[in-house]
Amino acid sequence: MQGSGSVLRPASWGDAVLLRSQHPEASPICGGTDLMVDVNFGRARPGALLDLTAVAGIDSWELMDGGRTVRIGAGVCFARVIDELAGQCPALAQAARTVGSPQIRNRGTVAGNLATASPAGDSHPVLLACWGRVEAESVRGLRLIDIDDFFVGPKRSALEPDELIRAVRVPAATGPQQFAKVGPRNAMVIATTSFALNLDVAGRRAGTGIGSAGPTPLRARGAEQMLEEALADRWDGPRGVGESVAQEFGALVAEAASPIDDVRGSAAYRRHALAVLGRRCLSWALADLEAAGAA
Amino acid sequence: MTITDAPAATRPSSTVHDGVGSSAARPDGVPKVDGSFIYSSDEYHDGSLWGATLRSPHPRARILGIDTSQAAGLDGVRCVLTHRDVPGSKIFGMVVYDQPVLAFDEVRFQGEPVAVVAAIHPEIARRACELIVVDYEELVPNTDPEVSLTGKVEGLPSGGLVRHVRIRHGDAGAARALADVVVGGRFEMGTQDPAFLGPESGLAVPLGDGGVELYVSTQDLHRDQRQVADCLDLPLDKVRLVLSGVGGAFGGKEDLSVHIHACMLALRTGRPVRMVYSREESFFGHVHRHPAIADVELGATRDGRLTFTKVRLVLDGGAYVSTSQVVIANGCYFAAGAYNVANVEIDGFATYTNNPPCGAMRGFGAVQSCYAIESAMDRLAAALDMHPLELRARNAVGEGDILPTGQAVDGPAPVQEILAYLRDLPLPADVDRPAADMRVLPGGVGNVTRGEGIRRGVGYALGMKAIGFSGGKDDTCTARVTVWIRDGEPVAEVYCAGPEIGQGVVTLEAQVARTELGVRTVELRDKDTDIAESGASSASRQTWMTVGAIVGACQLVREEILARAAAVLGRSGGELTLDGPEIRDLDGRPLVPVAEVLGPEAVSYDFTYRHRPTEPVDPERGQGNAHVAFAYAAHRAVVDVDVELGLVRVVEMATAQDVGKAMNPAAVEGQIEGGTVQGLGLAVMEELQITGGRVRNPSFTDYLIPTMLDVPPMPMKIFEFPHPDSPYGLNGVGEPPNLSSTPAILNALRDATGLELPRAPVRPSDLIEAAPAPGAPAEDTAQSET
Repeated sequence: MQGSGSVLRPASWGDAVLLRSQHPEASPICGGTDLMVDVNFGRARPGALLDLTAVAGIDSWELMDGGRTVRIGAGVCFARVIDELAGQCPALAQAARTVGSPQIRNRGTVAGNLATASPAGDSHPVLLACWGRVEAESVRGLRLIDIDDFFVGPKRSALEPDELIRAVRVPAATGPQQFAKVGPRNAMVIATTSFALNLDVAGRRAGTGIGSAGPTPLRARGAEQMLEEALADRWDGPRGVGESVAQEFGALVAEAASPIDDVRGSAAYRRHALAVLGRRCLSWALADLEAAGAA
Repeated sequence: MTITDAPAATRPSSTVHDGVGSSAARPDGVPKVDGSFIYSSDEYHDGSLWGATLRSPHPRARILGIDTSQAAGLDGVRCVLTHRDVPGSKIFGMVVYDQPVLAFDEVRFQGEPVAVVAAIHPEIARRACELIVVDYEELVPNTDPEVSLTGKVEGLPSGGLVRHVRIRHGDAGAARALADVVVGGRFEMGTQDPAFLGPESGLAVPLGDGGVELYVSTQDLHRDQRQVADCLDLPLDKVRLVLSGVGGAFGGKEDLSVHIHACMLALRTGRPVRMVYSREESFFGHVHRHPAIADVELGATRDGRLTFTKVRLVLDGGAYVSTSQVVIANGCYFAAGAYNVANVEIDGFATYTNNPPCGAMRGFGAVQSCYAIESAMDRLAAALDMHPLELRARNAVGEGDILPTGQAVDGPAPVQEILAYLRDLPLPADVDRPAADMRVLPGGVGNVTRGEGIRRGVGYALGMKAIGFSGGKDDTCTARVTVWIRDGEPVAEVYCAGPEIGQGVVTLEAQVARTELGVRTVELRDKDTDIAESGASSASRQTWMTVGAIVGACQLVREEILARAAAVLGRSGGELTLDGPEIRDLDGRPLVPVAEVLGPEAVSYDFTYRHRPTEPVDPERGQGNAHVAFAYAAHRAVVDVDVELGLVRVVEMATAQDVGKAMNPAAVEGQIEGGTVQGLGLAVMEELQITGGRVRNPSFTDYLIPTMLDVPPMPMKIFEFPHPDSPYGLNGVGEPPNLSSTPAILNALRDATGLELPRAPVRPSDLIEAAPAPGAPAEDTAQSET
C-alpha cells in the first residue's frame, strides 16, 4: 500500500522489544480488534505494523507468588480468560464475557485493552479493583506500572513510545468479586458505564473500579474507605452490614464518577446507574461473603 | 385454515417437488452461508480502478470553489470529477429530480457527494479525496420540521414544505363534541436506519460503443437505469444494469448511490470502476426512515366504540425529496389504524430540512402512524378501563367497512381472527430470576441484576397497510418463461428483473415454474434491464407481481406445448395436460413425452402482469379507491424491565398475520421474524442520533441493532385467507410485521412501568422511575457533548 511501511513479525519477545525501539511508527497489533476498527474508519493509518501474534511465550498465563498472583501474557485472548481464569479472576472473567462477540473474544486481549486505554475498556475497572500491575518492557528494561498510575487521560496511558506490554499481573481473588456493565443492548455493546468490586478478604481491603464515567477508568476511593470501615472486623462474616451500607456505597460510587453526556448516555443516567450497580454488586458480594463464612 | 388455489384444472396433476406451498430451499442459501455468494461489493473485473466519494462535512454550506488539482496530481489517480463533469442531467431522484449528482452552489446535508475520484487503489482514491480543496461558506442549517412545515423557510425548496396531505371523512369536529371519552397525546419517533449489512457498491464497465454496464445492488433496476441514462446523457439502450448480490435493502437501496458516479468514472477513464462504501460512509449514503411527530386525538363512546380520530403527522424528509411525498401519503392513509371509525381528520406534512435525506423504509410511513395510533389506543383503553385487546376487537375493521379514504375494505380482513389468536395464546412463564441465566434478564451478559428492579409488562398492537403501489400507478411486471428439452427432459428458464434483496423471490420463481409446468429443472437467468421492467422490490409487492407474471408466461408456454401435442396426437388441446416430461390425458394416462413434441425447439413467452387499477385520492379530502389490497398483522409483546437501570429484555413477541397463501412457509416465517426484530430495534435501541444536522453515531459501534440475545421467541400464527385478486391468493408479507412490533413493545413497556413513554426508541434513562442518583449535581445535564 502506498505510503505504508511493512509488517514486522518478530518470533521472539526480545526481537519484538528491539523492533519496537527501532520502529516507533509501527503500531503493535495482536488481536487487532481496536486497531483495525480505527484503520477501517480511516482514523488510523499506521506507518507499519508490529505483529505480535508470532511471538513465542506471550499467549500463556501462570501463577506467581505461590499462587497469589496471576500473570496473564499479552497474547491471552478474552475467551481464554473466561474459560481458564474464572476461578482466580472471577471479575475479570465476567468482564471478558461482556466484550464484543465470540469472534472478538477469540482475538482481543487484556493487554490490548490496556494499550488502547479507552475509558470504556471492559478490563479496566476490574484491574483497578484488583490492584493489577502492568509489565511494560523496552530495550531499556522491564518495569511494573501500578494500575493506578497507568491511565493518564482519554485513550492515553503511562506507556512510553518504546514500550510493549508483556503481561498483566492480577492478584488472585481472596473473596467475592463482581463486575457489572450497563448498555442499551443485551450483548455486544460498549459500556454506557460499568463497575467492578473486589473484596480482598485476605488483605482486609475493598477495591473498586468505574468504567465509562470519566476521562479515564476511575477508582471510587470514598466508597472503598467507607466499606472497609463498615466491614472492620467483620470480614469473615459480615452479618449486620446491610442494605443501608450498600445504599451508601452505591451513592459514593456515583459520587466518584465524573461522567459526561455523549451518544451512549447522559451524565445523569451514568451516575444514577453507577449508584444502582454499586449497591447491587456490594449486596451480592456480601451475600457471597456471608455464604462463604457460613460454610 | 383451508387454502384454495386459483383454478388449477390445467396445471400438472401429480405432486410437484419443491413447488408452491413448500419450504423449498433458497438457491442462494448455501453460497451465502459458505461465503461463495457474490455480493455487489465482491464484483471484480480485470484492470478495474477504485472509485471514492468526497462528501460535505457540513449540513449546509455554499460552495465557493473546488480545486481538484492536487488530487488529480497524486500518483495513481486516474481522474477527479465534479458537477462540471456530469454529462447529462445534473440532478436525479426517484420521483422528482432534485438531488445533485455532485453538489453545486449549496450542499444541503452532511455527507452530500461533492466530487468523485478514480484511482488504482482504494486507499489512493480516499487520500485523493482528502486533497480536494473545497471552499465552503458555512450556513446555518434548518433542522426543525415544525418550522419547515410553515413553508416559509428561506433557503429550502418550497419554503420547506414537501407536501401537506389532507384526509377528511365524516365530521370529526361534530363527533368530538358528542364523544363520551376523548384522549390525546403526542408521540415522537427518532430516525431509524435500514442498517443493511451489505454496503452500497457496484462495478461499472465501459463498453466499446460508448455505453456502460453497471453491476449493482438495488431494489429496482429499471428506475435506476432511467436516472443513470438521463444523467449520463445516454439513450437507455446504452446503459445496461445487472443485479448484483444485494446484502439487504429495506427501502434504503431504492435511491441511487454509487450508480452514476461509478459510470461517470468508468466512461471518463475507459476502465472498469469498482465502488464500495465503507460502513461509516454507508450511513451517509442512503436514506433513513423519517423521524416523526404525531399528535393523535381519539374519541369513543363509554362502551368503547371509536367515534372520531384526528391525527396530525409530521415526517421530516431532510434535504431532498426522495419519496417523501409518497411516504407522507401512505402514513396518512393508515393513520387511523385498522379501525372502523366514521369521522376522521388527518393532516400530514412532509418537510425539507438540512437533516439527512429520508425516504423509503419497510412500512413506508405506516410504521410511524401505526406507532402513534396504537399508542393512543392504549391510552383510550386505560381511560375506558377496558382491556386493550377488547378495545381493538370492538373497533377492528372488517370487510365492507369504509376506510378514511372512502375506499371499502375488500378482500379478506381477518382482524378478529388475528386478535383472537393473541388473546387465547397463554402468556410465557415468569423467569425464575435469582436462578436464571443472566442472558434471559434485562442487561443480558452485563450481569446487572439477579431479579432486582424487574417488572413485567404486556402490550398489544395492530397494524394495517396497503400492499403494492397505490394511487393510480399503472404498475407492471414482465417475466419470460422458456422451455426446451435437455437430455430428454423439459427444462424451464425463468427471466424476470424483480430484484432479489433477501426476501426470496428467486426461490419463488423456481417454485412457481415447477408448479405451473411440472418441470423438475428450473434455471433462473440473471436479472438485468434487457427484459421489460418488474418494478421495485418494495411495497411488499414483488412476490405478487413476479408470481403473476410467471404464472401468465407459464400459461402461454403450456398452451403452446399442448397445442403442439394436440396436433401430433390429433386431439384437442383441452383434453390434454402437461405434467413434467409427459403429456397426459385428463385421467392422467401418459400419451406422449414432451421431448417428442418439442424436439430441438424451445417455447418461450413473455407475460406482463398488472394488478387491478387504482386511482389517486383527491387533494382536498383525500378520497379515492387508491389501494390494490390490504394486509394485517398484530403483535403481543411481553417485556421484563429493570426499572432501576432502565434496561429491557423482550421476553416474547407473539404475532399473527394473514398472508393469503404461504407460498414458501419458511420464507414467510423469516419475513415475519425479520420484520418483528426490526420493529423491536426501533422500540428499544435503533436511532440515528442527529444534532444540528450532524449524525453522531454513524457506526455499528453506536448505532445498535438487536443481537440474538435481544431477540425473544416468536410464536406465530400464519393465516391463509386467499386473496381474490392475486395469483394463488397470496398477499404481501414483508412490511406488515414491521408495523405493529414497535408499538406492541412500547405498550408493554408502558404497562410494566406506568410511564407515558412518548418517544421511540425508548432509552434506558426514559425508563427509570427514580430521580437522578444522590450526589448527582443538577448541572450535569448541561455538560457538553464529546
